[in-house]
Amino acid sequence: MAENLIKPENLVYEKSKSMTERELHYCPGCGHGTAHRMLAEAIDDLDIQGETIGIAPVGCSVLAYYYFDVDMLEAAHGRAPAVATGIKRVLPEKYVFTYQGDGDLAAIGTAETIHACNRGENILIVFINNGIYGMTGGQMAPTTLENMKSTTSPRGRDIKTMGNPLKISELVAELPGTYYATRHSVHTPANARKTKRAFKKALEYQKENKGTCLVEVVSNCPSNWKMTPAESNKWMEENMFPFYPLGDIKTPK
Amino acid sequence: MAKKGDVVIQIEKCKGCELCIASCPQNVLAMSDKVNAKGFRYAVKVNSDCTGCANCAVVCPDAVITVYREK
Repeated sequence: MAENLIKPENLVYEKSKSMTERELHYCPGCGHGTAHRMLAEAIDDLDIQGETIGIAPVGCSVLAYYYFDVDMLEAAHGRAPAVATGIKRVLPEKYVFTYQGDGDLAAIGTAETIHACNRGENILIVFINNGIYGMTGGQMAPTTLENMKSTTSPRGRDIKTMGNPLKISELVAELPGTYYATRHSVHTPANARKTKRAFKKALEYQKENKGTCLVEVVSNCPSNWKMTPAESNKWMEENMFPFYPLGDIKTPK
Repeated sequence: MAKKGDVVIQIEKCKGCELCIASCPQNVLAMSDKVNAKGFRYAVKVNSDCTGCANCAVVCPDAVITVYREK
């Protein structure tokens, strides 16, 4: 049996059409690539590539505009939800999403995030949480876990002096403008597929003008956690998931 | 019997993170002994047990894997 299966009619999975051919700059095993792909596939499935506008953040995913083959805009650090608000209000028929890391969304952009959610802007906020500032070299972020080591907390995060880790999804879920808040991961095929379904749901809610949707993706940072990709995923399961449990936080009534 | 599948790996885009290897239920994939132009070892197919489940491609951060499955 040496039948050649590599024929167009046998194709079952290929790179999303809503992504460009450009090679991603992310480190090996980084969850950003998979999260990009799942969002792009959700856009493919809903057939809204031409009607989608994305806002790139500052952080590792600052170059997201090179990878998504949709209209993209780069916002100042943390200001993506404010920029998305403007775009959505001027072009209400478009699908608008922001794609932000924890340093962007949960630190410098906390005000924009909370107020956009509180106003109930009809945007999708994609929040990638790896508990660290990845691009700048692994400094402590608001989302860094207790006792987690980073370059600015070399002996582990001490709650007494450095404060508590911030659960931003639970925080915005309390706000009346937030319609849908959920937390996923992309480290296994099953989890990645669930994340894609969450993106699809959020974009469908946006069409119905339901309010702000926030999809958090708990992710890894092999380079700054100083682990192999497989080790970092295991560490994430053992340490990140107990504090950031996966699942829906706020679902439509 | 399970359907037969096949994968095509763009080895020059692969960064050797090995996540596809862990996700493959049939143990079809392994790391190469050679490196690509970037200096990474890359994923290669080592047997013909692929069923075209696409798990490897779903979990690949760099979208280097294309999956085919017999109809």
